[in-house]
Amino acid sequence: MAVLATEIRSSAPRWLIRHETLLAAILAVALAILCVFNENFLTIDNLLNQGRLMTEVGLLALPMTFIIITGGIDLSVGSIVGLCAIILGYSWKNLGFPLPLAVVFAVGVGGVAGFVNGLMITRVRVPPLIMTIATLALYRGLAEGISQARSVRNYPEWFFFLGQGEWLGVPMQLWILLAGIVAAGIVLDRTTFGRTLYAIGHNETAARFSGLPVDRTKLIIYTLSGLAAGVSAWVLVSRVTTTRSDMGTGYELDVIAAVVLGGTSIFGGVGTIWGTVIGLVMIQLLKNGLALTGVKGDATIIVIGAVLIASTLIASSLHGRREVAS
Amino acid sequence: MSTLAISPAQSGDGRALRWLASQEALLSFAIVLIAVLVGLYNPRFLATRNLTDIVLGNAYVAVAAIGMSLVIVSGNIDISVGSLIGVLATISGSLAVAGVPMVLVWLTPLVVGVLVMALQGAVVAYLRIPSIVVTLGMLSILKGGLISVTGGRWITDLPQAFHLADIELFGLLPMPVLIMVTATILAALWMRYSASGRAIYATGGNAEAARLCGVSPRRTVLMVFALHGLFAGIATLLFATQLKVIQSTVPPNLELTVITAAVVGGVSILGGVGTVIGSTLATILIAEIASALVFINVSPYWIHAVQGGLILVTVIADILRRRRRQVGG
Repeated sequence: MAVLATEIRSSAPRWLIRHETLLAAILAVALAILCVFNENFLTIDNLLNQGRLMTEVGLLALPMTFIIITGGIDLSVGSIVGLCAIILGYSWKNLGFPLPLAVVFAVGVGGVAGFVNGLMITRVRVPPLIMTIATLALYRGLAEGISQARSVRNYPEWFFFLGQGEWLGVPMQLWILLAGIVAAGIVLDRTTFGRTLYAIGHNETAARFSGLPVDRTKLIIYTLSGLAAGVSAWVLVSRVTTTRSDMGTGYELDVIAAVVLGGTSIFGGVGTIWGTVIGLVMIQLLKNGLALTGVKGDATIIVIGAVLIASTLIASSLHGRREVAS
Repeated sequence: MSTLAISPAQSGDGRALRWLASQEALLSFAIVLIAVLVGLYNPRFLATRNLTDIVLGNAYVAVAAIGMSLVIVSGNIDISVGSLIGVLATISGSLAVAGVPMVLVWLTPLVVGVLVMALQGAVVAYLRIPSIVVTLGMLSILKGGLISVTGGRWITDLPQAFHLADIELFGLLPMPVLIMVTATILAALWMRYSASGRAIYATGGNAEAARLCGVSPRRTVLMVFALHGLFAGIATLLFATQLKVIQSTVPPNLELTVITAAVVGGVSILGGVGTVIGSTLATILIAEIASALVFINVSPYWIHAVQGGLILVTVIADILRRRRRQVGG
């Protein structure tokens, strides 16, 4: 364990310098180009608004970073967002729950959905990819079945404060995201739990033999992912003022792209929350910048797809070279 | 059930018993059982027209699932196939409307399908990027590309000659069924008896062992993806040529339906195990369930939940069965 920890500590800074400097440089160039092309881009209003739009995916990207560091993946997050949004609307409108209780219930359902993923992954040993592809279909299907394609509207005014209001001039949901980022960063960097994630990603068998609680750790992170999807659904419903069963469709792509772009290796064992935040900001600014320069929304998903593949290629070639060097 | 699946094979109790315990037999049994039960509840379910619609309308899923089975047996996965079929359908339809000769209209999706998938296969095999990342990226490139290029416009006024799927051989054998059955049989024979077919199982079972036995896992993965592209092209033809209008939106969740068919058909998601006869039977079973829901008055909005549940149960059963076999053996 001690040897493992030193190995991680010694390899991390070198990697940090390489990948995150590279990212920051690309980000700076992208910002410069966007500023030149559009004067509306670098306004406080626009940037804060982008922060608003970034929150739903951002909340999912934090636990996803944990999961990918362990060498796992969660493809079901977008479907859990849809399911939680429907549960929120349905339990309020059709089951007569008071709205605050409906919110808690929806977030709880998200936690259960993530817990089920984690349980099957740790107990039955279903590979995370397969388990979450299955629940990607299942949870979306449940959302469609429960909602019967009916949307829920007419939420009370106070409910929109989270999604549309602001505090100290900063959008409300951005505070939640900031708190999440700080918490996730501290957990990953400063706690035994965080170090355990790296150990699992580096070598799961070794981590097991070192007496680390591998299964419990995995169960926690998949549950966290579901809970984050629940909160994300709450923020989303509050922002767009309606509930539909297709909410969150395709989020998994944005989330994974942000995490991988941020330098977390899809092979596990490597990654930081700060990298994920940079990845997240880059994708949001890319989307915004392209939209402002007149590129349609659909074209931006081409760019995200290409960026995802390219960044994995770059990461794996850096990774390979380092292995050869050491 | 798992003891039933294992003991005849182990004791060598004859072929009949072993077949009875196979995934294919279970699927055939389930198909008949559902037909009987739903037929008792609502006899209209057993009308010839409904039964043929189930098979005809889903033959393209079965053909796409053949390619998916190859990919999953080789130890990979592809989640871009739904978007690819959408893109190929649009290409084919546009060519038809532009008055290009029909042979080219039908061949182009096959060629483009092979090229796109071979490219992904090459990245997976030679650059060692996990197939999930490559195909997730390609999914968004294809989906975004399709909508931006077409601008959401539908293709209408397709020439009559375009409708390959409407042709009935000798006036009774519909083209989609003929192609589905032929493709399944050919692929099944090839996978079972040819060296390159066996190489897929070897690669998916244990790539390192396969390499030491003289199989090139990389070349095998590339070949599998290229073939998957070919099947996606054929599936596109069956899908697009039965439509009066080709929408520029990709058929939603098609990749999930195709993966479900392969996995429910007995292809192990851990690689190395599975048959295409299973995936074709599973396609029919899933389509039958979707149709049955309507006939027993369950809202069609539940169909994806049923599919998701089906894939989950099959996956868990597969893993439990494997684990017990390892312990037993």
